[in-house]
Amino acid sequence: MLQRAILFLLFYAFWILMSGYFTPFLLGAGAAVSAAVVWFVRRMEVADREGHPVHLGWSALGYWPWLVKEILKSAIDVSKVILDPRLPASPTVVRFRPSQKTVVGLVTHANSITLTPGTLSVEVSPERFVVHGLTRASAQGAVDSEMDRRVARFEGGR
Amino acid sequence: MSLAVEIASWALLLAGGAFCVIGGLGLVRLRGFFPRTHASSVLDGGGAGLILAGLLLQAGWTLVAVKLLVIGVLIFFASPTAAHALANAALARGVKLEQDGEAPSKR
Repeated sequence: MLQRAILFLLFYAFWILMSGYFTPFLLGAGAAVSAAVVWFVRRMEVADREGHPVHLGWSALGYWPWLVKEILKSAIDVSKVILDPRLPASPTVVRFRPSQKTVVGLVTHANSITLTPGTLSVEVSPERFVVHGLTRASAQGAVDSEMDRRVARFEGGR
Repeated sequence: MSLAVEIASWALLLAGGAFCVIGGLGLVRLRGFFPRTHASSVLDGGGAGLILAGLLLQAGWTLVAVKLLVIGVLIFFASPTAAHALANAALARGVKLEQDGEAPSKR
């Protein structure tokens, strides 16, 4: 019930922010549509812990600024490779075992790897990540990385 | 709008634009499927992100800023998913992971 209420408030806030109109009709329509969507996602069973991971709470938010910093750092690294006249790319593939236990954790880790320029998660499973790196250094940086530890930390237990 | 915000905004926009150009250049210069996907990740990681941040400063505390944030969150979740799907599809269709590094282009 609490989850349903949170979902409704999220949808309604989204509606209001996107519309920007505060006439009674549009506010009422927004409430009706939000309630309908909450009902739909319950019926479709997509509002589970994976699709709507409120249990992660605020600790996950601390991860984002760190990730943005990493993305910018590696965007500069990849730019250097592209702009270098010798084009010093050394494509490398690494395979390793991620330390996350939950699906949300694994997806976050894999998506973070892909978001970071210079590394790309090609195959993802709980036992094995296959990561392609533009340079040997960037690929090896993905193995047992700080990213791995940080995601595992906020993922917590089940 | 204060001068400092204006300067920060344009610095972000220019840096984002530079990343977009570099990413495009990388798509042409790098050889092989997987190295090229790395160039495109410079586009949406560095390019789109910084341009959105610059536009956010231009928008100030308005509903436009909220919409820009929503676009940012969408890119944040959709682009790695698409990149992973692309890479996985390439792998399934027999693109070789390991021998992807060909000789650098002369261009």
